[in-house]
Amino acid sequence: MIALRTVRRVTPVQLIAHTVLALLSLACLLPLWLIVSASFTDDRALARSGFRLWPQDWSLTAYQYILTDPDQLLRSYLVTSVVTVVGVTLGVLMTAGLAWPLARKDFALSRPLSFFVFFTMLFNGGLVPYYLLVTRYLQIGNSILALLVPFLVVPFYVLILRTYFAQIPQDLLDAAAIDGAGEVRMFFSIVLPISRPALATIGLLLALLYWNDWQTALYFIRDPQLYPLQYLLYAILENARVLAARPTSVSTPVSSIPLQMAMAVLATGPAALAFLFFQKHLVRGISIGAIK
Amino acid sequence: MIDETRPHASGEQVAVPGSLRVAAEPWQRRLATGLRARLGGRRARTTLGLLLLAAPGLLYIFVFKYVTLIGIVVAFKRYRTVDGLLGSPWVGFENFRFMFGTGAIWPVIRNTVALNLLFLMASTVVSLTIAILIAEIYRQRVTRVYQTTLFFPQFISWVLVSYFVYALLSTEGGIINGLLRQFGIEPISWYTSPQYWPLILLLAALWKGAGAGSLLYLAALLGIDPQYYEAARIDGANKWQEIRYITLPLLVPVIVIQLLIAIGFIFNADFGLFYQVPRNNAALYPVTDVLDTFVFRSLTTVGNVGMAAAAGLLQATVGFALVLASNWLVRRWNPERSLF
Repeated sequence: MIALRTVRRVTPVQLIAHTVLALLSLACLLPLWLIVSASFTDDRALARSGFRLWPQDWSLTAYQYILTDPDQLLRSYLVTSVVTVVGVTLGVLMTAGLAWPLARKDFALSRPLSFFVFFTMLFNGGLVPYYLLVTRYLQIGNSILALLVPFLVVPFYVLILRTYFAQIPQDLLDAAAIDGAGEVRMFFSIVLPISRPALATIGLLLALLYWNDWQTALYFIRDPQLYPLQYLLYAILENARVLAARPTSVSTPVSSIPLQMAMAVLATGPAALAFLFFQKHLVRGISIGAIK
Repeated sequence: MIDETRPHASGEQVAVPGSLRVAAEPWQRRLATGLRARLGGRRARTTLGLLLLAAPGLLYIFVFKYVTLIGIVVAFKRYRTVDGLLGSPWVGFENFRFMFGTGAIWPVIRNTVALNLLFLMASTVVSLTIAILIAEIYRQRVTRVYQTTLFFPQFISWVLVSYFVYALLSTEGGIINGLLRQFGIEPISWYTSPQYWPLILLLAALWKGAGAGSLLYLAALLGIDPQYYEAARIDGANKWQEIRYITLPLLVPVIVIQLLIAIGFIFNADFGLFYQVPRNNAALYPVTDVLDTFVFRSLTTVGNVGMAAAAGLLQATVGFALVLASNWLVRRWNPERSLF
């Protein structure tokens, strides 16, 4: 309740608001802290007295163990990073490239093409046809392409960008057209640069989708070399196959739980904090999304 | 061609956007109209250029959203891997008959709709409450901290949620059972007791989504004219009356629209929540199995591709009808908010 000192008069209602919001905030953080705490707990202490909010016996063993042989973790970091960077770059370009013509009132095909794009938000074939297409007909099942494909063009983000693009003043484009710029050059040298905030928002939303994606790997990826981070966490938890497969010495210093939790911290912590840093853009995206 | 379109590029400044917009002189206006007409003459090139820009996106949509629609026929076939999509024999509605005949699908539909409705009601109430509380102390600095914290779970994947749910519920050292034991209550084997799971799933859904869900309501709240509240205060209204008679009535349109849109998607469950949090635990299927997990399991574990496709098609069709219906209602209520 540090804040109360800075406030001159606190009404009872405000006091209630502070109390409830502080408790809810705590409820948001404590479960995550539980993971951190368990990752720093000595495995015997954890086996003896269970999960604690504060480790009974501090131990860095789990981290030491992972960091002495971080191959799989680094591998997954690489996979997720590559997929996220390529996916966001291509995704933003393709989404914007599609949204811009649809936003143009002087584009004859804008209406039919809008229907073509947005109808897919209402009706889609579902998992099975998609699964067959990817694995059987495109033959990109157990490959990095399968991870890249799902979010390249999200119709809903096309909708958001189209709304944004529609506000670009026509005069600006006329001027460029007079200067002889073709549509493609106009798009890259005017439309994209002046839409940077909107593109950043879409990029971050896409980054969040790609970074936290485990579902696509669950459907298509069998090769541990291609496990993205979140799927790696899932796989570890599911049957400890990934770690059990490696030659372990007889006296493995860590039982699995602190190790799993340390893996969770290392795999999720940095990115979650990074997203926190860009929160403002994401909030804007989500509010636009919610409104229209 | 290009040179023709830039007669004024050298020296004269009439072509800059600002002067077009404020063009007052008749000659300037004529010039502007002339230029626009000339631009109109380039229509074919414009169309071509725009199509070029849209092409990658359109191709993507065509392949991944429309070509996949052909795959729906699997729902009417006995799918065999060797025969592929087109070679497998037609079986009419047998997959549907099997799905409904065994009765397997009914609890799944019930879970999907009932749990989604439960989440919808609860998250509306919680998100609204958060928004109202934040608005009360909106100007204070610490409020930013609350907002950031409540929004943070949005960045956390369902996989990680399943990690801490395990830390809470595990029979081997889970926090909750530890607490129960301290109060002299028998520990509960959560992962084998389906009756608790509607509540557990609800709490998980709220943990992840309630903070983000409050954003929209907060935006609407902050848009309310403060004069209403001043007038109410002069009339001696207390806080509760302000909320009851000003805030909530003014938020009703937003709430109704949100509910209608959500009901349009009531047949679609959050796969991550239902797959990760119960850890795909067979003992919990009676309450945690929803259409999305059912389709996934039919496809992978059970290996009945035809039935998986049938369930998927059922979900897509009913979902489509629901979206159309809810959109129709939204448009009657407030045309600007309708999706199409």
